[in-house]
Amino acid sequence: MSQAKAYADCDVDAPNLHLISHQDAVPAKADYYGLPKASIDPQVCIECDECRQKCRFDAIAYKDIYKVDYFACEGCGVCKLVCPVEAITLLPSIAGELMLYKNEQVFSTAQLKMGSGTSGLLVSRVKKQLRDNSNADFAIIDGSPGIGCPVIASLSGVDTVLIVAEPTLSGISDMERIIKTAKGFGVKIAVCVNKYDTNLEHTKRIERYCLNNGLSYAGRIPFDKNAVLAINNNKTIVDIVCASGIAAKRVYNRVMELLLAG
Amino acid sequence: MRACTMAGKKIAILSGKGGTGKTLIAVNLAAVAEKAAYIDCDVEEPNGRLFLRPTGVKEEQVTVKIPTVNNALCNGCRKCVEFCAFSALAYTNGKLLIFEEICHSCGGCSLLCPQAALSEKDKVIGHIEKGKSGSIDVSTGILNIGEASGIPIISRLLKDSLSGQDSLSFIDCPPGSACIVMESIKDADYCVLVAEPSIFGAHNLNMVYELVKLFNKPFGAVLNKCIEGGNPSEDFCTEKGIKILTKIPFDKELGLLNSNAEIAAKKDIKYNRIFTNLLYNILEEASYQATTNS
Repeated sequence: MSQAKAYADCDVDAPNLHLISHQDAVPAKADYYGLPKASIDPQVCIECDECRQKCRFDAIAYKDIYKVDYFACEGCGVCKLVCPVEAITLLPSIAGELMLYKNEQVFSTAQLKMGSGTSGLLVSRVKKQLRDNSNADFAIIDGSPGIGCPVIASLSGVDTVLIVAEPTLSGISDMERIIKTAKGFGVKIAVCVNKYDTNLEHTKRIERYCLNNGLSYAGRIPFDKNAVLAINNNKTIVDIVCASGIAAKRVYNRVMELLLAG
Repeated sequence: MRACTMAGKKIAILSGKGGTGKTLIAVNLAAVAEKAAYIDCDVEEPNGRLFLRPTGVKEEQVTVKIPTVNNALCNGCRKCVEFCAFSALAYTNGKLLIFEEICHSCGGCSLLCPQAALSEKDKVIGHIEKGKSGSIDVSTGILNIGEASGIPIISRLLKDSLSGQDSLSFIDCPPGSACIVMESIKDADYCVLVAEPSIFGAHNLNMVYELVKLFNKPFGAVLNKCIEGGNPSEDFCTEKGIKILTKIPFDKELGLLNSNAEIAAKKDIKYNRIFTNLLYNILEEASYQATTNS
């Protein structure tokens, strides 16, 4: 709805934004190389067991020969370092795919390859790809869930975060944890409540929490079956006329006020 | 029920996104199984304990090894900086800097330092809570705010909670399909994939579907929050031949109970039936797939 010239989906292990982004063009794709993976040459290996003992990720096992577990290996290179006979090489490994849609709007997204670990690094690449391909002064980033490395990578360098909370005890616990994480980045924080009418008591609790903690409150979005219907028709909730869409527009306006308040 | 043959089995509950109903399903399954273990591996956002309210909770800290430098010995050769695959070390202004949050604790730098200027210290990244909720053993992993990876917590949590566990275990996984989820399902005997009825839901279901296929885990799907009209997740299951374990309708009452962290199966016989049936289906499927795969 902001007609943003630049946006990115940083939920690299389950990206969805491309499904409703109205981008008809085929994206430019690029392989994303994560950290390399170790490989042991059984012809050279003298079975000294050094690598297995020193690997902190339990990625090396002995069963007839010494072998690296591709999924457990983090590519740190310790095995190669300790191998007395240079039997180990680190091989490049494709860990995902970066995608860039470039029309009037630039949309950067990626898909982590199944079984790959380095999602934080891929999130940083998605953001870098957006910066390198757009000179827009405003960008929207769809973050990843949780508080760990992909979230930290999503948060870094942003001006304002909008935290979407649910009015459930679980949702409140999650919200408090992401607020503390975001505070560590010194960014402006706004909170909105999604599906607010599913539990008004908890919605009010979240609103009180924001007030008591000096956080900007960006508003309530109701539970709306039209949201599912919109998504299933490849539309966003602001593309159709519905209660959740109208509420989302108000949330957007308040977040923009906060962002521009300097 | 063939539950006896399933003693000690480990059931993982996972989904592509948060908020699909993993915790709802995991805690209610544990509640209807009665004698069970509930293990919360969603260490970034652990919520199961809010529902199960365990008592007699004991805490254990989880630590990882982090390098520490003795500046008197460091001669600035930068071998550690060049070695570190995670860029957790930098040498500037005559000083070695260590970025603890991005260190993966591989131990390489202290192994390699020619001056023996680097050694390792323990750093607390979170903790594990263990308690009892009736006859359910409740274990929760909790990552400290600001830490990047909960994997060491999950690995320790599963090792501790699963060893010697002779009742059914329910592993509540983090959302997504990345490394943290792979760690959580590593020891699982059966995976339950939870999906919402939208094209987002179907897309996210596809992600976890590919993950469990890759790891060769037997699995089935639970379609949650079903409403009238089409269900792209159900279409996906039909197309891929995925066993649908149950369909849970969208239900305001269930949503309200869940939002107050109440265990629906304990509050209302109709929900108890839903989850008892689901448990039965899971055990049937798991033992069937175990026999056909062995």
